[in-house]
Amino acid sequence: MFEGLLEPLFGGLSIASVLLLSALGLAIVFGLMGVINMAHGELMMLGAYTTFVVQNALKKTAFADLYIFLALIAAFIVTALLGLLLERGVVRYLYGRPLETLLATWGVSLILQQFVRSVSWQLVAGIVLFCLFFFGSLWAIDRRADLARWRNGLATLMFVISSGIAITVSNILGATYKLAATKPWFGTQGVDVTAPKWLRSGLIVGTYQLPYTRLFIIVLTIACVLGIYWFLNQTAWGLRIRAVTQNREMSSCLGIPTKTVDALTFAIGSGLAGIAGCAVSLLGSVSPNTGQAYIVDTFMVVVVGGVGKLVGSIVAATAIGLVNFVISSNAFKPLVSFSADLTAIFDFFATSSMAKVLVFALIVVFLQFRPAGLFPQKGRTVDA
Amino acid sequence: MTVETIEPKTEAPASLGGRKKRYLLLEAGIVIALALVLLLVIPPILNGIGQTVRVNQLGRYMSLAIVALGIDLIWGYTGLLSLGHGIFFALGGYALAMYLQLQLPTGQIPEFFTLYGVNQLPLFWQPFYSFPFTLVAIVVVPTIVAGLIGYLVFRNRIRGVYFSILTQAALIVFFNFFNGQQKLINGTNGLKTDTSLLFGIQVSDPKIQTMFYALSILFLMGAYALCRWLTSGRMGRMLVAIRDDEPRVRFSGYNPTWYKVFVFAVSAALAGISGALYTVQSGIITPKAMDVAFSIEMVIWVAVGGRGSLLGAILGALVVNFAKTLLSEQFPAFWLFFQGALFLLVVTVLPSGLLGWMRTDGILLLRSLLGRRPALITYPSLETDPEVEYERKNLGNRESDS
Repeated sequence: MFEGLLEPLFGGLSIASVLLLSALGLAIVFGLMGVINMAHGELMMLGAYTTFVVQNALKKTAFADLYIFLALIAAFIVTALLGLLLERGVVRYLYGRPLETLLATWGVSLILQQFVRSVSWQLVAGIVLFCLFFFGSLWAIDRRADLARWRNGLATLMFVISSGIAITVSNILGATYKLAATKPWFGTQGVDVTAPKWLRSGLIVGTYQLPYTRLFIIVLTIACVLGIYWFLNQTAWGLRIRAVTQNREMSSCLGIPTKTVDALTFAIGSGLAGIAGCAVSLLGSVSPNTGQAYIVDTFMVVVVGGVGKLVGSIVAATAIGLVNFVISSNAFKPLVSFSADLTAIFDFFATSSMAKVLVFALIVVFLQFRPAGLFPQKGRTVDA
Repeated sequence: MTVETIEPKTEAPASLGGRKKRYLLLEAGIVIALALVLLLVIPPILNGIGQTVRVNQLGRYMSLAIVALGIDLIWGYTGLLSLGHGIFFALGGYALAMYLQLQLPTGQIPEFFTLYGVNQLPLFWQPFYSFPFTLVAIVVVPTIVAGLIGYLVFRNRIRGVYFSILTQAALIVFFNFFNGQQKLINGTNGLKTDTSLLFGIQVSDPKIQTMFYALSILFLMGAYALCRWLTSGRMGRMLVAIRDDEPRVRFSGYNPTWYKVFVFAVSAALAGISGALYTVQSGIITPKAMDVAFSIEMVIWVAVGGRGSLLGAILGALVVNFAKTLLSEQFPAFWLFFQGALFLLVVTVLPSGLLGWMRTDGILLLRSLLGRRPALITYPSLETDPEVEYERKNLGNRESDS
């Protein structure tokens, strides 16, 4: 009996841990800023690719077996920086317009996907050159007060000139170095991250084997949740983030730099996406589309859990993961064997894609009773 | 939600009634003239210069413009961003494709069934033997699905991004369902329509395709008229009110739920028609029509054209789709970059789309290019104030004043 329960429990927990890990960053950002980051999945994808790069870089060294820890740190840093860039470059102009933010971040996600597909030395050289010339000249123009009235015209001119230079130089590079410069780094095909040796087997309990990679992800998720909990509750910046989440205007009045808080939160949320991507890369091959597979599940966790509550996300992820696994593995089949009709229904939904159908139906039913999620935010401003 | 749209005058005084009518007649005349041009002038020209394929594209994109109108209705006017219109689009497409698949000698069932060892036609295929039923189903099935989803969601006052996420999740659910059911609807492979028969002629035949081209124009006109009628009356004002301040609408004693359910269902019906027309013109319907990316693309057509204006939706659908075709013919890899940039640009720089830009800055730019000073927009009473007039005449509008 114990072993019979172990499998669904473990399977559900392992789905839940991935869900929670990927939803954690999204939930924090959404709770604080009301911003839906559609590029969250792509940030995960970039985290997975970072893992791939780190793994290849360390293949020959003594750290080959421990690359995963380095990859976690690298993935966090890379995606956090990218998140910061995203916040400073796009999202901050769109606060208070959630639907527009959703579309803009979707645009970012498309660009990131295609970037990963076609990134090569040639493309990188082109982008770097363009940024150097364009933003360099913008910086120079902004320093000269007498040029201020022609700023827009000059900027347009510089845009044309710098893109011209970037395209020409990168084309020359491509022509001289041929394949070495034009070959895509990753390509459209997926790449494989191999788990380190010590993660490849599994823990044997009775007749059932618990894969170490899954256990590792569960542990990682717990560590991340504890880390975030500690950060939000024990540090000064955590306190500021919580204050801004609860009442932005009042926090601002009391001297909390809300803009810095926003940027910091976005960076942390993105960094968590990177960690999630690193974990996901252990489970299967990584392709430019990886992020898309997780994004909606992740949103569902946030919706079911309620906004702005860590504990809501945890409970929701666990519940969705368990239900998902129980349905897709048909674990309740022995229980309904008394009725042929019920068995047929359960068989019908017993694939991972059909399980999603049922889980969604259950979520919609659930929302009829608790429209604001499991742990709704309380306060006067909730239903304006 | 923050778009300002120039709405038709709400309460036209009696003296303006005739003028309004004249405008309406003028608009109808322009629409009909445009439709005639599209129907009679454009195809021969394109055929003449050897671009026959473009006619088909134009027809397809016009059918896509119908779904864009629907999205404009629900997003531009009511402020509900639906990311799940692919569901209704695909339902309409599948309904027609199922009818076409069944155009076989009696006793036979579509070929793919035998591949999966199905000998009996599934029950829900049966009604699609009937042509009238199919025509009704194209509209009614999406309407019912949308009404149901809409009721369950709006009843709980789920709105904003939550609504968007839920529609997207519903989209994925439908995608999974259609994608996974090989035995019922041929799963990933979808249903091909171009080799099947319609009234005894193959669907890919140019004659039938011309008919569908004409039908696309007709239905686009019809959809435009419907949306125009819906948005210009009381209903339209209600929708805009819901978009701008829903709680206030509720506090005024209205129940926004039913308005929202209604407009969601109407836009779903439009999507169904659009899907059916698109399917027969492109020759196949697959679960890819329920891709997340495709449904978001529909939103960007509306955003590019200018949401909150029906013309913008149509314009956006045509412009973006042709841009996509041309760009992906030339640089296949660049389309995604371009599309991503389009999302960013429209949202940050052109929040009210091409048409909105034309109405405000475009006119000014045009005037300044033509060398005409922009007309001063200020209080008319000031313009006629003798003191102001005197100052303007004698002191001039010096640069330093502004």
